Amino acid sequence: MSGDARAPALPGEEEERARLERALDPGPGLRGWLRSVSHRDVGRRYVATAFVFFALAGAAAAAMRAQLLFADNDWIGPDLYNQLFTMHGTTMMFLFAVPVMEGLAVYLVPLMLGTRNVAFPRLNAFGYYTFALAGIVLWTAFALDVGPDTGWFSYPPLAGPEFSPGKRVDFWAQLVTLTEVAALVAAVEIVATTFRQRAPGMSLDRIPLFVWAMLVTSFMVVFAMPAVMLASTYLALDRLVGTHFFNPVEGGEALLYQHLFWFFGHPEVYIIFVPALGIVSSIVSAFARRPVFGYPAMVLSLIATGFVSFGLWVHHMFATGLPELGESFFTAASLLIALPTGVQIFCWIATLWTGRLVFATPLLYVIGFVATFVLGGLTGVLQASVPIDTQVHDTFFVVAHLHYTLVGGAVFPLLGGIHFWFPKLTGRMASERLGKLGFALVFAGFHLTFFPMHQLGLAGMPRRVYTYAPDSGFEPLNQLAGAGAAVLALGVLVFAGNLLWSARRGRVAGPDPWGAETLEWSAPSPPPRYGFLHPPVVFGRDGLWEREAGSAVVTGLRSEPESGTYEVLLTNLVDARPELRADLPGPSIFPFLTAVSLVGTLVASVFTPWAPVFGGVPIFLSLLGWPVRTPPAPVVLREGEVPDVRPAPARAAP
Amino acid sequence: MSERPAALDVSVLPAHAFGSRGLAWWATVGFIVIEAGMFAMVIASLFYLHGEEAQWPPAPFAPPELLWGTVNTAILLLSAWPNHEMRLAAERLDLAGVRRWILVADAFSVAFLAVRWLELGDLNVRWDSNAYGSVVWVLIGFHTFHLLTDAIESMVLTAMVLGSPGPRRYVDVSENGIYWYFVVVVWIPIYAVVYLLPRWW
Amino acid sequence: MKRAARAALALALAGCGRPAALDPAGPQAARIADLWWLSFAVVAAVYAAVLVALALAVARGRRARRESAGDGPPAPRPPDPARTRRIALVIGAASAASAAVLLVLLVASVRTGRAIARAEREHPLVVEVTGRQWWWSVRYADGRASEWFETANEIHLPVGRSIRLALSAGDVIHGFWVPALHGKRDLIPGRANELFLRVERPGTYVGRCAEFCGHQHAKMQILVVAEAPEAFEAWRARQRGPAREPRNEAERRGREVFLSSSCPLCHAIRGTSAGGQAGPDLTHLASRARIAGNWLPNAPGHLAGWVLDSQAVKPGNRMPPNLLPGPDVQALLAYLRSLE
Repeated sequence: MSGDARAPALPGEEEERARLERALDPGPGLRGWLRSVSHRDVGRRYVATAFVFFALAGAAAAAMRAQLLFADNDWIGPDLYNQLFTMHGTTMMFLFAVPVMEGLAVYLVPLMLGTRNVAFPRLNAFGYYTFALAGIVLWTAFALDVGPDTGWFSYPPLAGPEFSPGKRVDFWAQLVTLTEVAALVAAVEIVATTFRQRAPGMSLDRIPLFVWAMLVTSFMVVFAMPAVMLASTYLALDRLVGTHFFNPVEGGEALLYQHLFWFFGHPEVYIIFVPALGIVSSIVSAFARRPVFGYPAMVLSLIATGFVSFGLWVHHMFATGLPELGESFFTAASLLIALPTGVQIFCWIATLWTGRLVFATPLLYVIGFVATFVLGGLTGVLQASVPIDTQVHDTFFVVAHLHYTLVGGAVFPLLGGIHFWFPKLTGRMASERLGKLGFALVFAGFHLTFFPMHQLGLAGMPRRVYTYAPDSGFEPLNQLAGAGAAVLALGVLVFAGNLLWSARRGRVAGPDPWGAETLEWSAPSPPPRYGFLHPPVVFGRDGLWEREAGSAVVTGLRSEPESGTYEVLLTNLVDARPELRADLPGPSIFPFLTAVSLVGTLVASVFTPWAPVFGGVPIFLSLLGWPVRTPPAPVVLREGEVPDVRPAPARAAP
Repeated sequence: MSERPAALDVSVLPAHAFGSRGLAWWATVGFIVIEAGMFAMVIASLFYLHGEEAQWPPAPFAPPELLWGTVNTAILLLSAWPNHEMRLAAERLDLAGVRRWILVADAFSVAFLAVRWLELGDLNVRWDSNAYGSVVWVLIGFHTFHLLTDAIESMVLTAMVLGSPGPRRYVDVSENGIYWYFVVVVWIPIYAVVYLLPRWW
Repeated sequence: MKRAARAALALALAGCGRPAALDPAGPQAARIADLWWLSFAVVAAVYAAVLVALALAVARGRRARRESAGDGPPAPRPPDPARTRRIALVIGAASAASAAVLLVLLVASVRTGRAIARAEREHPLVVEVTGRQWWWSVRYADGRASEWFETANEIHLPVGRSIRLALSAGDVIHGFWVPALHGKRDLIPGRANELFLRVERPGTYVGRCAEFCGHQHAKMQILVVAEAPEAFEAWRARQRGPAREPRNEAERRGREVFLSSSCPLCHAIRGTSAGGQAGPDLTHLASRARIAGNWLPNAPGHLAGWVLDSQAVKPGNRMPPNLLPGPDVQALLAYLRSLE
């Protein structure tokens, strides 16, 4: 494929490569780092930052497990413990699980589609900075003992002005808004990129399953995120300017919050899970050496899962005393959603059954995913029933269920996916031995930690308790879970250590060490900032495994370093015929400045309602900079270098 | 593969397009869908709270005064006309036309922002009086926020087209027009729910 | 003393044997437990089937790999159409079977829910429970208004009789959950919720607050004492009455200490001038097996520690420490322990 070491050069390639590199070169130093709009940089940063938050949230969990080792333990008091479980949940859900999937999508989707960047590169960078700064603000608040302490869901009236005075919950509410902005931005990117920028010949029925998963996820984000922004905004308004949305004395309703929150909250877990389904498909096809079985069924299952996930939210409210008939509808929907996921599992098993398996680390994580997620999904089926749920709701049974589905269903595929795409991201192979060891520890540690929690829930241990009575009998199983947590933590350390070490010292990887079929494996490892020098043309669904792969590429896209622009090809929505050239903007500091202004404004609004008015000014001014396209930084010559004085080709009239 | 790959030369393709063939449309429509979803949920919140009350607005509050709200509804609906003309001019690449109609549209912006200010004084309830007041203020306030950002965006575009705009600006003007339609259309159910519902339900 | 011992035993046994939710003492919890066992059997079978299929797939795939020669990843090969059709049929059948299984679970669940929702509606005994941070206010509002009385944290119920628990919240959302008796129900400010149940097996059952409600959510326990109807009536008759008069000098002095400290601001003792509503009713404190939201046994040492510095036991709870001189503490304890 053109653009990598294999293919011979087309005429004019060297100049084209140089122009593209200049167009996307953000310049040196910290300022340069902040100016980059390459999807490769933004995606990598999303993933790396999300893993930092994962480590922080994991540390919070380790502290909680330690506190719960003994009955009536006093290592951590209720105030700190309440902050810990709030920070753990909030960070995992808003600062890790969604952003890491967004980041993988931002990195991989343009490469899988054969284009050079996402549709709105500056918006993409803005989304990343907003997310990163919001997370820093939240953890700073925690470090200063003003971290939120009312749970990741933060129900009023407990989280309202009367029972949670101070600023803690306000920081939570603003964090939610900011991370939702980032998620919405990424969703718009994925939809626009996937619909308009596919390689010629990549009709809708030839899109990789990972891209379908991210497309479905993006639509879910667009319809779900506004609900939580609204819930947290109502809560912030109740707390800061005296509105009465949740105050029953003045006509408000505590349950209004729960409806809005869970209308978001249920799709949210599928927003985390559906990308993982895409990762699993990518890994299964590469390591079974055949395309995933049943492409149409897989796509329809993803879409059905996305749709049905919006009809489940009341199952989080089965203990609130809602009418029985209404609840039955949600039981039916909660059972129904098991079907499309079941179809996907059957298709993957069929793929493995008829494939020739390569037992590398990514495949181990997929096997671990099936064994773990299916158990979690089945406890979900148990909880879909209202009577059963009234026993296990808000107990450690649910803690077990949610971790089996989120860790088994999203984190295991994610860890496998990181191993899988590691050579593409870094140009080096991770150690297989350490990868397998990490998997074994993580898998064993996970089950040891979370399986006993099913029993604890049934025995009467509620959630969000900083201790339990000595005569409750909860101690032995909590200690088992604590031991498991230690093994799990060790596994995570081995995973991280392996990657950090291999990024510098691992065996150098070529573009396609696994022999996989999607287009990102035709770009160099790591890809240059501009992705493809000559974007590929596609002739079938199976990408690089097609006989005609590499036989045609796109030329004629312009790049203009002097105005910091470069072009991508837009193709028709359904059958991907070439239609238009679109020029994308190059590096700029303004997305970062807008993010700083936005985060600053929302943080200030915690202290004064005038903040949005005053904060609007820097936000507006920084937005004015977005359409500006500046020449790249002047080239700094190193000793002995000769400057390149060839002029750019004349630009044809539009 | 030792053969040189065949080259699909796309340099002859156009570089700008209006509507869904270009990229800007997708950002605009994406944003509209997100905002429409939020408005729908605020209206749903209003109906949720309404279902818990015997009377709406709850005693002793009177419904908002009809005058300024209705005047503004008329201004908003009328503003669709210069908006439409502006979009047509943009698609024709008619700079004079774009300049003329965007200035007319800006005049409408100023008018409906001014009347919105009068509306806010005539709602007969404060946001901190009760839940009814809270949701009505949030609904109108959220719409006002969109009016404001739309007006500001239009004025920035006005400054750009009064200078020497490149071809991309015509597409931006057209997209701004779509957003304007959204701000007008979304007002209709809000008007019905805030001004008419308390009187005729 | 016997009460406390029985309560302690109940709590201790909660750890061994069947978990409380699967050890029902009444028909509601029993129906849920039955549904649980049916559903559990079904999903366990499904899980086993999936694991077997996965293991077989992995084994076959491994064998296929060994049969192909060479290093590096084996070349990918397109699937065989005939096999594809067969596999599609198998997946179709598996999906249909899954749908059937889900339908069975749906029907079972709805039937159980309906049965529970309709039970115990005939002349139930009404007990009003109000959740507060971080204790349970209990009111028996049955019969004549003059016979209504309040108590706290410990709920007595007659065995074999329909009970209606009227649930409300005084501040934030709480959750009432006694797993041996029924599923949980939230107590939501501004909403009236209810649980209908019946206890068939006499005994002492532990429950806990099941909706995060702030600092001391973890230590907000419930004790339900189910006893024979005669025993219940006797208990109720005693609880209706005002507080026992002091029998000796120490108890008299203790009552003086109580009434002249800040205690009456929050606590009520019927028959005295103490009428505070913010904290638990103490009229018959000594009749209860446990104190401090059922967290501590009702014994002199614990009671003294609780009164003097409840913040050490439950940091963040609403009762301030009480600095009292030694003799006053002794007298107060004597009085409180006399309130049977």
